[in-house]
Amino acid sequence: MTDLSNAPGSPIGQALKRREDRRFLTGTGQYTDDVVLHGQTYGVFVRSPHAHARIVSIDTAQAKAAAGVVDVITGADLAEAKVGGLPCGWLIHSKDGSPMKEPPHPVLAQGKVRYVGDTVALVVAETLLQAKDAAELVEVDYDVLPAVVDTAGAASAQTLVHDDAPNNVCYDWSHGDQAAVDAAFAKAAHVTRLEFVNNRLIPNAMEPRAANAMYTKHDDSYTLYVANQNPHVERLLMCAFVLGLPESKVRVIAPDVGGGFGSKIFLYPEETALVWASRRVGRPIKWTAERSESFLADAHGRDHVTTAEMALDADGHFLALRVNTVANLGAYLSTFASAVPTILYGTLLAGQYRTPAIHVEVKGVFTNTAPIDAYRGAGRPEASYVIERMAEQCARELDIDPAEIRRRNFIQEFPYATPVGLTYDSGGYVASLDRAQQLADVAAFPARKEEAARRGMLRGLGYSCYIEACGIAPSSIAGALGARAGLFEAGEVRVHPTGTVTVFTGAHSHGQGHETTFAQVVAGKLGLPVENVEIVHGDTGRIPFGMGTYGSRSLAVGGTAIVMAVDKIIAKGKKIAAHLLEASDSDIEFENGEFRVAGTDRKLPFAQVSLAAYVPHNYPHDKLEPGLNENAFYDPSNFTYPAGTHICEVEIDPQTGQTRIVQFVAVDDFGNIVNPMIVEGQVHGGVAQGLGQAMLEGCRYDPESGQLLTGSMMDYTLPRADDLPRFVVDTTVTPCTHNPLGVKGCGEAGAIGSPSAFINAMTDALGVRDVPMPATAERVWRLANGIA
Amino acid sequence: MYGFEYQRPSSVADAVRATGADARYLAGGQSLVQSMKLRLASASTLVDLASISGLRGVSREGSALKIGAMTRHSEVARSPEVRAAIPALAELAAGIGDPMVRNQGTIGGSLANADPAADYPAAALGLGASIETDRRTIAADDFFVDLFTTALEPGELIVAVRFPLVKRAAYVKLRQPASRFALVGVFVSQGDQGVRVAVTGARSHAFRVREMEQALERDFSPKAIEGVKVDPTGCNSDLHGSAEYRAAMIGVLAGRAVAKAREQ
Repeated sequence: MTDLSNAPGSPIGQALKRREDRRFLTGTGQYTDDVVLHGQTYGVFVRSPHAHARIVSIDTAQAKAAAGVVDVITGADLAEAKVGGLPCGWLIHSKDGSPMKEPPHPVLAQGKVRYVGDTVALVVAETLLQAKDAAELVEVDYDVLPAVVDTAGAASAQTLVHDDAPNNVCYDWSHGDQAAVDAAFAKAAHVTRLEFVNNRLIPNAMEPRAANAMYTKHDDSYTLYVANQNPHVERLLMCAFVLGLPESKVRVIAPDVGGGFGSKIFLYPEETALVWASRRVGRPIKWTAERSESFLADAHGRDHVTTAEMALDADGHFLALRVNTVANLGAYLSTFASAVPTILYGTLLAGQYRTPAIHVEVKGVFTNTAPIDAYRGAGRPEASYVIERMAEQCARELDIDPAEIRRRNFIQEFPYATPVGLTYDSGGYVASLDRAQQLADVAAFPARKEEAARRGMLRGLGYSCYIEACGIAPSSIAGALGARAGLFEAGEVRVHPTGTVTVFTGAHSHGQGHETTFAQVVAGKLGLPVENVEIVHGDTGRIPFGMGTYGSRSLAVGGTAIVMAVDKIIAKGKKIAAHLLEASDSDIEFENGEFRVAGTDRKLPFAQVSLAAYVPHNYPHDKLEPGLNENAFYDPSNFTYPAGTHICEVEIDPQTGQTRIVQFVAVDDFGNIVNPMIVEGQVHGGVAQGLGQAMLEGCRYDPESGQLLTGSMMDYTLPRADDLPRFVVDTTVTPCTHNPLGVKGCGEAGAIGSPSAFINAMTDALGVRDVPMPATAERVWRLANGIA
Repeated sequence: MYGFEYQRPSSVADAVRATGADARYLAGGQSLVQSMKLRLASASTLVDLASISGLRGVSREGSALKIGAMTRHSEVARSPEVRAAIPALAELAAGIGDPMVRNQGTIGGSLANADPAADYPAAALGLGASIETDRRTIAADDFFVDLFTTALEPGELIVAVRFPLVKRAAYVKLRQPASRFALVGVFVSQGDQGVRVAVTGARSHAFRVREMEQALERDFSPKAIEGVKVDPTGCNSDLHGSAEYRAAMIGVLAGRAVAKAREQ
């Protein structure tokens, strides 16, 4: 493992300001919507106003005749052209061994619409306004059908979302040792049982989804600009499964992307339709979602209904955990939808604890709502929520301090193989809990609670000792679990003759600051000024085949690929230097940007070696190719396991139910840290999103009609700065043992750990078993006043 | 947004003349333009009031405060006259929306729009204001008729709002967490015309709670209205608060508003 603190003056570990922020803050970022192509046209989608309806007829005549209209495309056009449906990237098997139900996910509706916002037609016009006007002229005759909306009731609904998915069940999955769990429950001294809902969320990246597709006739190729987190995956899925195009003819560019939180991982209908239509129209077509469309048609997150039971001995040791979850998948299977409530959820249910037996059953159901897929944390927030709500409730029922019950159950020896299939390589759970308790001044909490009570306020304190599995993943494990894609990452390091460096990474930055962090890593390893290193990402025409960014994987997996390529550069550089210094390869050391003959003062700076590689007059041509350009593909041997403790303190006004978060402490173990400022920012953002889920956000559909009730910022409550306290953030460090940087990933931790800490604080303050998320003022008021 | 004609008259008379079927006055545009952008509203003509002199500004007229219809919320919030005469009104204006809304939105626009969750209707009713139009004066008590509906006739234009000075007043609201509009807001005042308790956010339009007013006439203290329950029947019910919750909050907020007014 690299010692990150070795070189004095190394940028690794320093809180460098983000270089990309200059363009973002000065308005010179180049997002998909900023791209205007020669002959540009504009696309607008006609969307279903109904949650569930049969399409009787579509009349496009009036729209086609409207001013400026170039074309109107419906599902019939795509069917005639034999365009396929959108694929799901992860095959889950039910507990009886049968494969999940994969009903077709048409690009434009075929015969039926299945959620409000479902894509029905694409109108292409000279201007955006003309396209919008014409879209209103597309006449669709619907035969409205009853809608399936409720998650818990979907499997018993009379109506079927898909004819070929009986009982609206996609799969009935289970994981873990049921017999061992049953046996443990039979002899348990105590059983704690909780039922709760993990509320449905709408991602709301700052930049809405957008795409601009162009067909080039002279070489029969396509270029797609798209707000996306993984351009190669987008291209692979679109070419291989839907449009039948050779990847060599398609270039996907995800330029500056303004946030994704998972919602831009997936292959969506919109960009697929645009690519196909761009050839038919012969001109580039641009579509940028309006915020209202984002609410309707971005993949949503979470939406679990869960019953959990914990068996304990008399001393509060966890003996077994039994979890039963119904997970809403929405109307169609989005790209990774099937894996989120199964593989990314069930395998995490050990948490930080030695619970010896765990069994989980998950029923994935179809409903007439927008597709649900990965959203910041993706399965792991749901798992963490189950475990940490249970840990706190167990402590209360056994009258054990909630921190103490966690200490009694912490895993303390590593590596540790959990009963749900993961092997944690490293961790220090006691250390982060200790530090968090100290920062939260837990000892003085009773005094604060008393002082609040004198003001008529209810105070509560809650813990969350979360863990997550990041990196996603070793491809072999993911493949065995049903992944239909590899999950490695690629990096290329191109040293230029004068010693500056361009790095091409398969990871994608859409807010994470990779251009800074990755440059710090490469500059640190090569002993170069950070300014001499450029990072290129997000363009299949430039970067090696990569898997993109999600699952807090970029530094651990993408960074490692880059480090491996840098190591190859150094190894080759040593050979060149050995030749120039007339020494043996094995005598050359590389340190602080210099190649040196060990134990002598004979040395060459990096730039002299790179120049020799490209001006190879004096060069070992018999042994070595010219040039200094290396790439590497890295497939990790394990997930990484960031973990930590969050402590939340709330104060409730029982007269109104209004809640103030008075303190939030997050102590996280992300392994080694390359840029502490960026890491802190990630924690802040993640915690804000997690607290948003727990206190404010909640996607709601009308239970009868399936209309989206929270379809705008006027009704969907994203957290604002004044909803949140000043976060107290710190880290503890146990390096990851299986990647050279010793890093674990930090992007999702905040969203994973914080909801349960908040709700545990709320239930503590109110003295109740459950406060449903989001803890709206009225819900809290009812609980505080015992009003049903 | 659909296309529309745009006019910018320089006098009230011209503005009124410019309106016809399907024309709309444009004041600060913070509600109208947003709904037009979403294609939820449209107008054949927008008659922009921004260039009409004399519609904007605050003046003290005897025992009343006169605020021009085109006065921005931020101007009311900052106005030394308002802050000295009716501080609760300045505070209310300072709490409307966000800075952009306050810098563009106007008092006349807000009253004419009569959003059930807007703040100004509570102040107009709670202070017993008079709404002066191009053709008459309408008492606030007669002004708010229904959801987004006022006593204004087609084409009638608010030119100013006259607020009588009071001995003390306060406004307290709970915000709807997403929109930050008033989920429930209660404006309480005590002055020569007695005690007024006006509520916004809870029903289709702002209204007074007479039973509370009577109790407070006898004893202007939070205790006096502790026993007064507001009937949830007719109260708004939505994702952010049931009728039962809103009705209960009227009592809580009225008590807090009285306590706050008593500090003056």
